[in-house]
Amino acid sequence: MGTIAFRRKAVDRAMKWAFFLCAFLVILPLFLVFFDLLIKGGKELRWTLLTDLPHPVGEPGGGIANGIAGTFVITLLTMAWSVPVAVMCGIYLAEYGRGKFASAVRFAVDTLTGVPSIIMGIFGYILIVLPMKRFSAWAGAAALSMIFIPVVVRTTEDMLRTVPTTVREAALALGIEQWKTTLYITVRTASAGILTGILLAMARIIGETAPLLFTTLGNQFWQTRLDQPMAAMPLQVFSYAISPYEDWHDKAWAGALVLITMVLLINIVARYLTREKR
Amino acid sequence: MATRTGSNPKDLAFEKASAVFAFAVLALTVLLFAVLLRESMPALRKFGVRFLVSGTWDPVADQYGALPFIYGTLLSSFLAILIAVPLSVGAAIFINEFAPQWLKKPVSFLAELLAAIPSVIYGLWGIFVLVPILRDYLMKPVAKYLGWIPLFKGPVYGPSVLAAGWLLSIMIVPFILSVSREVMATVPQRQKEAVLSLGGTRWEMIRIVIGQHCIPGIFGATVLGLGRALGETMAVTMVIGNRPEVFLSLFQQGYSMAAVIANEFAEAGGLQLSSLILIGLLLFLVTLVVNLAAKWILTKMVARASRGI
Repeated sequence: MGTIAFRRKAVDRAMKWAFFLCAFLVILPLFLVFFDLLIKGGKELRWTLLTDLPHPVGEPGGGIANGIAGTFVITLLTMAWSVPVAVMCGIYLAEYGRGKFASAVRFAVDTLTGVPSIIMGIFGYILIVLPMKRFSAWAGAAALSMIFIPVVVRTTEDMLRTVPTTVREAALALGIEQWKTTLYITVRTASAGILTGILLAMARIIGETAPLLFTTLGNQFWQTRLDQPMAAMPLQVFSYAISPYEDWHDKAWAGALVLITMVLLINIVARYLTREKR
Repeated sequence: MATRTGSNPKDLAFEKASAVFAFAVLALTVLLFAVLLRESMPALRKFGVRFLVSGTWDPVADQYGALPFIYGTLLSSFLAILIAVPLSVGAAIFINEFAPQWLKKPVSFLAELLAAIPSVIYGLWGIFVLVPILRDYLMKPVAKYLGWIPLFKGPVYGPSVLAAGWLLSIMIVPFILSVSREVMATVPQRQKEAVLSLGGTRWEMIRIVIGQHCIPGIFGATVLGLGRALGETMAVTMVIGNRPEVFLSLFQQGYSMAAVIANEFAEAGGLQLSSLILIGLLLFLVTLVVNLAAKWILTKMVARASRGI
């Protein structure tokens, strides 16, 4: 009897450690990635990285300023029209969305969420690059909005659904028109959650590379025109990383460090917003 | 949700306006499928089903077959699942059942952060850190002593299907982990307590209760992770080796569907472009089916849990 109990306890303890090991191995890559980013990227981190254009191979210095600017422009361009579309679509689904049409829209949103991002690049290419006969920031923004919209529609709908029906009824009982109730009471109540969703989607598209490969294409120089190929940070990281030159590899790490810092900052702000609410 | 208020014209206008945006999202989705279908038609007409089984990818002769890419995508995704599922499920059990309260939040937060890292950064880390480690400490020794097994045959270059699968596994862990945790949380507390009160150890409780309840849910989480892995582009492109061949060894350089689109699309035209878009269409359909399957399994699971079985 005693030995059986002992064996059962030993197995229990062994399994506990095995599960702990699993959790450890799951987290481990995160630390390894950040460690390497800080060590290898920090080495190249200079002020000129943020202010200079890329230099040719062999020439020391040079930065990713055009990539940072390009990412900024493309992200803003994407959000400028995606945020209203996505939020309004989310409002429709949460406030009026019953029946077949709403189910079809929900199915479409689910479908888009799962589509690999490279396919959105094909979408931008066919719709914008082919007719315009050139790569452009517009095409990149079109591709990215296909990733941005479904995420924000989903969170907007979910967040609006967390607003109790009693709040809406209270507003309506006061004689406030329904559309005003929706915009000024329901949406405002859920605004922190919706904003979190928008920020998380923004962090996601800032780091997206695949949809930009053959839409915005990338650029070695400054570009102010939106109908021309434009540089973007993730594209620079990619092309530096796969290049055969040692000093470009260093730039890839430095660029990646800047990129991850932005993505993480936005993530932290987004989480902070909803945490404060609760 | 909201109550209908009859005939206020402004209300009606607002509802219609929001419906227009909802329709726009629906239309974009249909448009995506339509343009993929239309642009892949030339390749589809020329090659037909042969496209799926032909191993030639030859822009010079203008002959295209997707088999090496489909094979590489499936093999690397399968490897990723093989590595990621045990780790994620184990970690989920640890967080849900064993971890002290103060540790639960930080661990799950860190696991979620894994999902926030852009794919291109995983690729960068893969090229310069993961691939050399795997090459020197795993692939070379294994190829040396177990090279007679076709699966582990050399030569070892570094970039390989194994490296791609390994990197993918790191990327899909957060998704499988969080869904697994949700599934495990649906197990009724009283059933767990019942096993413990009969003198069962924690592990016995996990084996009996979670084993009984959560297998379909964990399967759903796995399928969800598979959907992620199949379409992942940048990280795979950077470490898989980009050689369009079908082979048995995990140490060989391979290719994937997403990777060939990423590498060749910008410079392609004519039939090659159409073939690449056809690969995109296939990827679209496969991920759609996989994601729908995952959703179906998980919804069934939730329905079962809410009935308290």
